[in-house]
Amino acid sequence: MTMDAARQTPHAPGAGLVDPTKQAMLLSALYLAQEQAGYLTPAAIERVAQRLGLSPGQVYSVASFYSLFRIEPVGRYVIQVCKGLSCYLCGGAEKVADYISAKLGIRPGETTPDGRITLELVECLASCGTAPAMRINDQLYENLTLDAIDLALERLLEGGEHG
Amino acid sequence: MAEWEPVLLANVHRPNSEKIGTYLAHGGYQALRKALSMSPEAVVAEVKASGLRGRGGAGFPTGVKWGFLPPDAPVKYLAVNTDEGEPGTFKDRLIVERDPHAILEGVIIAAYAIGAHRAFVYIRGEFFLGVKRWIKAIADAYQHGFLGKDILGSGFDLDVSVHRGAGAYICGEETAMLESLEGKRGQPRLKPPYPAQVGLWGRPTIVQNVETLANVPHIILRGAAWYASIGTEQSKGPKIFCVSGHVNRPGNYELPLGTPLREIIEKYAGGVRYGRHIKAVIPGGVSTPMLTARQIDVPMAFETLAAAGSALGTGAVIVMDETTDMVEVARRITDFFVHESCGACVPCRLGGFRMLERLEAIARGRGRPDDLAKLESLARGISGLTFCPLGTGMCEPVLSGLALYRDEFVARLNTAAKR
Ligand SMILES: Cc1cc2nc3c(=O)[nH]c(=O)nc-3n(C[C@H](O)[C@H](O)[C@H](O)COP(=O)(O)O)c2cc1C
Ligand code: SF4
Ligand code: FES
Repeated sequence: MTMDAARQTPHAPGAGLVDPTKQAMLLSALYLAQEQAGYLTPAAIERVAQRLGLSPGQVYSVASFYSLFRIEPVGRYVIQVCKGLSCYLCGGAEKVADYISAKLGIRPGETTPDGRITLELVECLASCGTAPAMRINDQLYENLTLDAIDLALERLLEGGEHG
Repeated sequence: MAEWEPVLLANVHRPNSEKIGTYLAHGGYQALRKALSMSPEAVVAEVKASGLRGRGGAGFPTGVKWGFLPPDAPVKYLAVNTDEGEPGTFKDRLIVERDPHAILEGVIIAAYAIGAHRAFVYIRGEFFLGVKRWIKAIADAYQHGFLGKDILGSGFDLDVSVHRGAGAYICGEETAMLESLEGKRGQPRLKPPYPAQVGLWGRPTIVQNVETLANVPHIILRGAAWYASIGTEQSKGPKIFCVSGHVNRPGNYELPLGTPLREIIEKYAGGVRYGRHIKAVIPGGVSTPMLTARQIDVPMAFETLAAAGSALGTGAVIVMDETTDMVEVARRITDFFVHESCGACVPCRLGGFRMLERLEAIARGRGRPDDLAKLESLARGISGLTFCPLGTGMCEPVLSGLALYRDEFVARLNTAAKR
């Protein structure tokens, strides 16, 4: 899903150009590496470092700067509830997160015991005009209602067998 | 004033608006043809004369910035800022998803004007659809001969590539964005030198917001005089205002700069929900100081908002009604900035954390009597003293919240004392 885009990126350092260094590939490489295990394993960091001629420490330092790169395993589905001001004003944010918490039995920052679903509170998703908003993997949910949340969660829980 | 006929958002509601066919059917890429028939200097002069100012938050005159490039530099770059992350702001995502060619045409014209043969699109990592739309638009533009070698037989070459960020608000700051494009931690660089002198891999680089670039084709097609006839003395052209919070019809509204804030809220966004009243309005995204209900006749322009003690910022209007808890608003905004601080300088990293601690205590009713003075002194020790504007921006909501709604903060302290 999310990595198709990274892969298609016409990103050819050296193609007729001197400037873009190998390191410019780092974020794309980390996205690709992360796709394989769902997070950046030490082995993946090592491999990326080797390919780009960097030290594992350098790679780790960059990876840990960005919130979309994960050093720890997360669920197959990551629910990101916006905690921004506009979502809060429109009855979302913690209220939405609490509702999901109650349904799934996990708090923000936690993953269900079966390792399938992670719940997070995140910063503004640039959907403030259609607040409250949340995201599940690459799918954005806007103008959230309790019914819409129920429906989205049902789909996740059902998708279990083949998901 | 006559009803404003949208220019920047003219396409977004058409079916298949993101497709190149739709864009071409409505006059797309005519401005590019015209620009390529002009000299690059003439294009820069036109943009300068239009009075266009950056829409990414700082409002710097675009043509003037282009004029700062060293003319004899062998390699120059254009970097396209699609990192939109300022809470309250959701305009760039709309254009990228619904009308990517409008920005791309602006990118090509801008690159031609400044003599860049390579443009780097930096897009927020969370914008999954936006990434797809950018990539598709670029691929289609190559096919139509709008990108690549010898564009439309003009002899001008341009390649554009897309680079995903990975979840860091600070990477919207132009020098942090350059670091991130180079594959590094997104920590700001010291300015000067400005990117126009020393940018990507040390090359002169122009960084431009996507809404800014979307204005450029219209300036070329209709002329600087037309553009400069829209808006106020120092704020020209149309602007997309993102309205959110306690209004009946939140959304993106394109209107001329200088439109009164009241008109945007009442006429376009349908007024405050449930017939309530306005308590406070953030006019330009959470790093701009709040305004009270009595200030909402202010025209939404750079100079008038500055005079009112705030800023136009990104044009993100957040409306809060009388039921809003202003302590919580200050706490929430500060929490955002503390989370997004890159940690490179002490006033922002540590000072922000200390402000948040105090605000959290006050919000929980555990504030001490001297906490307000402490907050103000912390903010004074941060504002203007940080490495990049993020740290200064984080103080504005706290300082303006304390100045305008002090009673509410004090009431929380009193509750604590009674317990
Ligand atoms: C903390 C911070 C975050 C910023 N985020 C963005 C952003 O997401 N998008 C953007 O276009 N400009 C952002 N800016 C402004 C850029 O630094 C820069 O001024 C802008 O991209 C220049 O383009 P413009 O002149 O077309 O506005 C940010 C600035 C700061 C200080
Ligand atoms: S002000 Fe904050 S974000 Fe900016 S450089 Fe300092 S620590 Fe980083
Ligand atoms: S505040 Fe939630 S999407 Fe912006």
